[in-house]
Amino acid sequence: MPETPLQITHPQSDDAGTPSVTEVLTDAAKHSVLQVQDYARLSYQSIASLFTPPRYGQDTIQQMDDIGVGSLPIVLLSGFFIGAVMVLQTGSQFQRFGQVSLTGDIVSLALVRELGPSITGLLVAGRCASGIASELGSMQVTEQVDAMRAMGTDPGRKLVSPRVLASLIVVPLLTTISVFIGLVGGMVASVFSLRLSATTFWQRAIAILEFSDLMQGFTKSVVFGFILSTVGCYQGLNVRGGTQGVGRATTQAVVVSSVLIIVADTFLTRLALFLADKL
Amino acid sequence: MGSPTSSVIAPGSNGAEALRFADVWIGFDEGPILRGLSFSLETGETLVLLGETGTGKTLTLKLAAGLLRPDSGTVRALGQEISAKSERELLHFRRQVGFVFQEGALFDSLTVGENVAYRLEEDGVPAEEIAPRVQEVLRFVELEHTGERLPSELSGGMRRRVSIARALIGRPPIVLYDSPTAGLDPITSQTIITLILRLRDVYRVTSVLATHRLQDGFALANFHFDPKMRTVRRGASNDKTGPAVTRFLVLRDGQIYFEGSPEEMLNTKDRYLQRFLI
Repeated sequence: MPETPLQITHPQSDDAGTPSVTEVLTDAAKHSVLQVQDYARLSYQSIASLFTPPRYGQDTIQQMDDIGVGSLPIVLLSGFFIGAVMVLQTGSQFQRFGQVSLTGDIVSLALVRELGPSITGLLVAGRCASGIASELGSMQVTEQVDAMRAMGTDPGRKLVSPRVLASLIVVPLLTTISVFIGLVGGMVASVFSLRLSATTFWQRAIAILEFSDLMQGFTKSVVFGFILSTVGCYQGLNVRGGTQGVGRATTQAVVVSSVLIIVADTFLTRLALFLADKL
Repeated sequence: MGSPTSSVIAPGSNGAEALRFADVWIGFDEGPILRGLSFSLETGETLVLLGETGTGKTLTLKLAAGLLRPDSGTVRALGQEISAKSERELLHFRRQVGFVFQEGALFDSLTVGENVAYRLEEDGVPAEEIAPRVQEVLRFVELEHTGERLPSELSGGMRRRVSIARALIGRPPIVLYDSPTAGLDPITSQTIITLILRLRDVYRVTSVLATHRLQDGFALANFHFDPKMRTVRRGASNDKTGPAVTRFLVLRDGQIYFEGSPEEMLNTKDRYLQRFLI
């Protein structure tokens, strides 16, 4: 028992308690499995909570404004220039074969199936997953989440579900806008760079699309919205280590959600191609 | 001081057990923090939880509020075994407990009024009933003029008072204070302690005060609030219907090191306890 605050009761020995490599790897594996389990639970509860009261409609609308309206400028800008640059890149190749009119087809398919959902997903993840993580992380470190629980409010219902629902609604809408603006950008580039008429571009762009293409783009955007919101919430609510932890969580939210979006995109594309063959 | 009104809080009935810990253990990655904690508290009593930083004072309060679940042992509060309740059941239970967090834990995006009204709005109380009740508890903590301000515009002491007002709005029979005077200057600390005294002596609220400042504990033990004179007086309350018993409980290494009356604490010969008295 220390007699003064400066006395050391149990001096630590260097060799005591040093974990082996196996133990470290086992602990790391357990930690990862635990994280996946916690993430899965949060994701499930965020959806399950939507079907039982209390519901937070006003919070959902506020989040739709934050995520949707707030992301609109970057989605519009990037969508326009991605459409334009696609035309510039592909148009020169089509010119070699005298098939410039196919530009509308390729730009439309690429935007609807792939670039629209994935670029929008990545942009919104960069802007909103980080924002969600930092907001909820700050609430966590300042005990606001605990205060909410202490007053009888379920943070999952109040904080997570509105953000997830808002993302599920607005990310497909943003994707639709992004695709449309991308086609406008493609049309502008086609008219001024390839001397293709606007009518031809739009006719080809619309005619090439099938219902399955639209469904593929829509499904991807819904999944990406779910990923970016749940990852942002998970990282925010699991912040450890004060303000430094909030910074780490913010970075992690962007990195993890971006990687998951790209990985999910691959599997969804494969699934869509498989279903297209079967149906 | 604002005029106390009887409707602010539901008075507790003396004699019944308000809180009981039975062989409670809890730990995290670094090992057990609380090791076999057992104590009980009757309705209307005040328990001063003393201990150095990291001895488990905040954990004890969070266990009492059902914010954490013990690894083993049982926690009973207000006649219910909360350690056996599901999270959904605990959400309902927590509405009967007031919790004042160390730094206030006010929602920084809401105004003071919205912070205080939060629980009532969650409970679906009509708006016309919320406004007067918010004003009433803000008046109790002498901050009725701050309803429209954001927490970031308030001083540390004012934030703690808003936090107390927020804890009061649900009229809880038990209030848990987590180091409410930590980091405050002596005058502001005195204001907070006076507020706790008023709550205890006017409304018979069962209180648990976690602190590392012994003077806060002795202030609760040696003074009382006289509702008629509306002032703080030395000595125990003369109101025989509910004497405000104050007990001390000192935690050390996750266990109870001392449990007793303020007098026993003051006259202790134990060297560790004497360090608190210096």
